Amino acid sequence: MSEALWLSLRLAAVVSVLLLIVGVPIAYWIAFSRRRWKFLVEAVVALPIVLPPTVLGFYLLLLMGSNGPLGQLWTRCTGHPLAFTFNALVIGSVIYSLPFAVQPFASAFSSVDPALLAAAATLGASSWRRFRTITLPLARAGVLSGFGLSFAHTLGEFGVVLMLGGNIEGATRTASIAIFDNVQGLDYASANHDALVLLAISFVLLAAIYRLNRRSLSGWSVR
Amino acid sequence: MTIDARRLTAEIKYPLSQFALDVKFDAEPGVTVLFGSSGAGKTTVLNCLAGLAKPESGEISLGGTKLFASAPPYVNVPVHRRNVGYLLQGLALFPHMTVSQNVAYGLADRADALQSVSEILERFRIAHLAGRYPREISGGERQRVALARALVRLPRLLLLDEPMSALDLPTKQHIMDDLHEWNQGTRHIPIIYVTHDQTEVYSLAERVLAMERGKIVAEGTPAEVLYAPRTAAMAQLAGFENIFNAEVIETHADLGTATCRINDSGLRLECPLSGRAGERVKIGIRAGDILLSKQQIEGVSARNRLGGELVALHEGAEFVEAHVNCSGVTFIAHITRGAMRELALQPDHPVWLILKTHSCLILR
Repeated sequence: MSEALWLSLRLAAVVSVLLLIVGVPIAYWIAFSRRRWKFLVEAVVALPIVLPPTVLGFYLLLLMGSNGPLGQLWTRCTGHPLAFTFNALVIGSVIYSLPFAVQPFASAFSSVDPALLAAAATLGASSWRRFRTITLPLARAGVLSGFGLSFAHTLGEFGVVLMLGGNIEGATRTASIAIFDNVQGLDYASANHDALVLLAISFVLLAAIYRLNRRSLSGWSVR
Repeated sequence: MTIDARRLTAEIKYPLSQFALDVKFDAEPGVTVLFGSSGAGKTTVLNCLAGLAKPESGEISLGGTKLFASAPPYVNVPVHRRNVGYLLQGLALFPHMTVSQNVAYGLADRADALQSVSEILERFRIAHLAGRYPREISGGERQRVALARALVRLPRLLLLDEPMSALDLPTKQHIMDDLHEWNQGTRHIPIIYVTHDQTEVYSLAERVLAMERGKIVAEGTPAEVLYAPRTAAMAQLAGFENIFNAEVIETHADLGTATCRINDSGLRLECPLSGRAGERVKIGIRAGDILLSKQQIEGVSARNRLGGELVALHEGAEFVEAHVNCSGVTFIAHITRGAMRELALQPDHPVWLILKTHSCLILR
């Protein structure tokens, strides 16, 4: 496996795990909050779907650059700059892939029958226990899809990585960048190799997600 | 424990979209049926008792413990600390858990959980279903699972929201017998049973609270509430087949009756004394309280003898429903199949209806 492919997989794995940790609470809030300004949060979360990656990447670069607030904070805490590192790619990708995790999570959470949560509450379950024992298991398919989608989406990203990471081998040169490079250098064989692997992984992941969703539709229906 | 130590007292005000819910009642240990049409606010009352909805104002206490109080010192015990068993409409069994996992849910990590679960499964005759999922069992069995799940926690109050509307009467009765037996033997708690079905009121209730548009309009034993309803809506719920618009024409204080005209027709009925002349009312008559004759009868005490024409006969399982047109007003009378044969009744026959004054209830 090429170094770039390996880097892409590592990035996708780290990002999708982080999105599970960050995305679940955000999705829970979106699914159950009754705040009037909830739509604003939903819109912000959905922004990366419609924004050109260059726009997102540009602002993230300003934020994480050596003069940006996040960049300066990072340098103060770690002693290293943030932009053009693997860590910058991780932060950028988490934001870029956020809707691909949060939206399936939130829609799975809100499709859990509220009567089940009410029943659990009358049976003495605290809100944390209700989430753990009712919401999460019944929303399992949605959570797995969000996880898979954010993995696949991170694997395939190009624009944000280019803006934030540049093209440093072993640190920020992901498969999609390497493919672009190889095509520019007319090395079609290498480009084809990485492209095929990305294609295969993405297809398998999406097929698995759709299969999972099909199954969960017929899975727990009671009535 | 004395009765007082287990009594529910509730005073709930809660704004709904169409009207304001405003009820005040007590419930002793035993079954109290909350009876009313859909949308009367019955489920909201249960939600407030369980803590799933917060009254705008009021007070709820159970055996002297305050669960909610809108006046200082404010109290609002959260749902999961109230220990109120609640069978929601549709039962809300957890689809991803087996019967025994469902039943054990409310016991969390209690040490005696296993023992309690197997005892209650036995008691409600569902031990053989322990390993099945809710989608794999019948409606009556799900009902039993939901009851066992609520009762295994030994709640201080049990709320049932039309839990058996989909079940046939014998199954219902069987399940309620088991519930009664549990309640006699184990805990003796107040049970509030919500329904809009009058047959359930007769078979299940020790006491009835009748609700209409957010208010309690009648309370008492099933017979008291259903036999002599005071409003047209309640009469309809209680199964009155004949309900007419009417006007009080004359009152006779000396005779204890009032003469009413029905539906602006020429038809007049003697009713029990109520209201004043000119008042618009409704009159309710049970089909079973109407006598049907082929001849005009003299020398009976009944004040209302109406001539009419038989329009239709519908044979039901228990009786025959006769539709009779008297001066443009159609009455429904119930007669037996035997009576129909003996009188050789056919549509278009002239007939007489005989109604006692006290069978014609004035409703408002």
